[in-house]
Amino acid sequence: MANLSLTKVPMPEQDPNVRNRNFDEVALGYTEEMAKEEATRCLNCKNRPCVSGCPVNVRIPDFIAQVAAGNFEEAYKIITATNCLPAVCGRVCTQETQCESKCVRGMKGESVGIGRLERFVADYHMAHVNEKLEKVETNGHRVAVIGSGPSGLTCAGDLARLGYQVTIFEAFHKAGGVLVYGIPEFRLPKAIVQKEVDNLEALGVEVRTNFVIGKTLTVDELFAEGYEAIFIGSGAGLPSFMGIEGESLIGVYSANEYLTRVNLMKAYSDKYDTPIRKSHAVAVVGGGNVAMDAARTAKRLGAEKVYIVYRRSEEEMPARAEEVHHAKEEGIEFMCLNNPTRILGSENGEVRAIEVLSMELGEPDASGRRKPVAIPGSEHEIEVDTVVMSIGTSPNPLIRSTTDGLDATSRGCLVTDESMATSRPGVYAGGDAVTGAATVILAMGAGKTAAASIDKYIREKG
Amino acid sequence: MYKIVTKRQLNEAVTLMEVEAPYIAAKARAGQFIIFRIDQYGERIPLTIADRDKEKGTVTIIFQAVGTSTKALAQLNEGDSILDFVGPLGNATEIDGYKNVCVVGGGVGCAIAYPSAKALFNAGAHVDMIAGFRNKDIVILEDEMRAVCHNLYVTTDDGSYGEKGFVTNKLQSLIDAGNKYDLVIAIGPIPMMKFLSEVTRPYGIKTLVSLNPIMIDGTGMCGGCRVTVGGNIRFACVDGPDFDGHEVDFDELMRRNSYYKAQERESASHECRMLAAGEAAREAAAADGASEAKKEEQ
Repeated sequence: MANLSLTKVPMPEQDPNVRNRNFDEVALGYTEEMAKEEATRCLNCKNRPCVSGCPVNVRIPDFIAQVAAGNFEEAYKIITATNCLPAVCGRVCTQETQCESKCVRGMKGESVGIGRLERFVADYHMAHVNEKLEKVETNGHRVAVIGSGPSGLTCAGDLARLGYQVTIFEAFHKAGGVLVYGIPEFRLPKAIVQKEVDNLEALGVEVRTNFVIGKTLTVDELFAEGYEAIFIGSGAGLPSFMGIEGESLIGVYSANEYLTRVNLMKAYSDKYDTPIRKSHAVAVVGGGNVAMDAARTAKRLGAEKVYIVYRRSEEEMPARAEEVHHAKEEGIEFMCLNNPTRILGSENGEVRAIEVLSMELGEPDASGRRKPVAIPGSEHEIEVDTVVMSIGTSPNPLIRSTTDGLDATSRGCLVTDESMATSRPGVYAGGDAVTGAATVILAMGAGKTAAASIDKYIREKG
Repeated sequence: MYKIVTKRQLNEAVTLMEVEAPYIAAKARAGQFIIFRIDQYGERIPLTIADRDKEKGTVTIIFQAVGTSTKALAQLNEGDSILDFVGPLGNATEIDGYKNVCVVGGGVGCAIAYPSAKALFNAGAHVDMIAGFRNKDIVILEDEMRAVCHNLYVTTDDGSYGEKGFVTNKLQSLIDAGNKYDLVIAIGPIPMMKFLSEVTRPYGIKTLVSLNPIMIDGTGMCGGCRVTVGGNIRFACVDGPDFDGHEVDFDELMRRNSYYKAQERESASHECRMLAAGEAAREAAAADGASEAKKEEQ
């Protein structure tokens, strides 16, 4: 008999007023008992709507049945048959718009906590099983993967399991891409990412850091070095600014810079040399997950006031509801329906305030969301000493501009077909480099598809 | 790890190192830079590539020990290794088509001016070089520079070596003497590049400056290195580091480069070697000294 509770077993979390002072993980994870209890809420539907909502088609009801039975390691095997980064996905996947949005239990009450269960299974495995991954027997074919973010790690992992000799080229000094420079420690502990990278290396994947494709070597030179196929997962790239007055004042950051200083370069730790502004009041401009990460990071760095400044209303916010909820709990103030008009500086060129214009919602626009319309004469200042611009990115030009025959959209995103093949034979791409800023799981799905396509390409090439 | 194969002290504060980095050595062109990280706690610091040796697979960097990372780097010796070393980043200096060029270096900026002069000289351009220093004691790379230009003019502020005066005066006198330059390259402290660009502006001489703003990744991801050029935001790492000196907002760049100066845990290397470099920017150097001293007090 299924557990008929309308709500998920609650996730234990650090108290908001404690956690907004530290960088430890917010959500603490289920215990075995909690996981088993939550697992019994799954109805094991015959038509498995949840699986169709998963970009990597994890056999969700099967793994949950194993959790309910207490066979956690069996559950792990089922998940990892199609998802090589379960500890990451269990934490940062947007389950509520994917698998969980299709869950039958969600029609009345809350869906099954699929993400929470996935995380539990992955963490259980990490804590209890010390398996020695062994190198797969190589098939002698070499593949280059550019970028070690979610798409690159997935693509490399799948290819390595098929016997390919894979080399990942990473521009930074550390592998993980957005998982290490972008997503904060308190949402995704870096030790988990490192473990995933270690696993790939155990499988035989070579990771070369400090290697910028497009600069250190070009795509053509990779082919010349003997790589038979190449996957480009180079990520989103150049941060956007609004083009308003004052964006070069001292105290204005892009979210990428702000988060990189803290996450990758560990500015929050005294052991590291990385400097970061000691802010009292911070305005984060934008309403996405990255904006939430930046705001919650600013709070943890000691800012007394942290505002989210967003031009639409909270309803239109692209950030996950869970992130918005966590941010509010931690004391982030939401100033929706405010559009920045300029950033005001002090005499010495430092930010002293951000001027915003109040907005109201008009008719739906092309995105289907109600369009924010300025209320004339409603300019007002918010006193802040730091502004973090979190309004998106445009694709990085380094590879596109150094590779002939690689088609891109007018926005600069690489063009691929359904198999993730680009316009260059043997070159595949996926993740934000193709889609523009999107999610970890979509990037993983693309990496997975590309791995299958690369395998097919090399086998058919003979 | 990247091994230091040669270390040479050029003056009390400026060090030359040849570092084993074969991929970068194979690719590097004048004007490009590397980013290094001294150890796992270090910052990522950009340094312009001063030279490379394809056969040996080495890259030469020349730097002034002004901040945490560059001071730590100066402590390393031949045989030691640097944890991270990535490049070549940025665009190479545009040298095609120029016939009569004046390359101006200020202080340690000469280390960056040198490869540009060399590239132009080897491409067949007529190259004059002006190298400005505070005094005789800190003159660097004189022989190297002399070998890659037709005329080398060394100036010192106090007249203790070469001609007494600033590089701006020297360039003005060369222009007054009838030299028709089709390109001036200015590399040194920000005020020097600013004032030098003002010298050339009335004559409409194309003037390239090499900027070294605060940077993290060096590949276009962080946006920390943004500079305002011709009223537009440009990223020094992917759009530069060379820009038209007549279009750069130098005052803003100077402010931004002093971003972390007031901080206790300031890493003075962020000031970049240019700020602390030649004495054409006496004020800037004095200000730097003050902030360093303050830091020591703390």
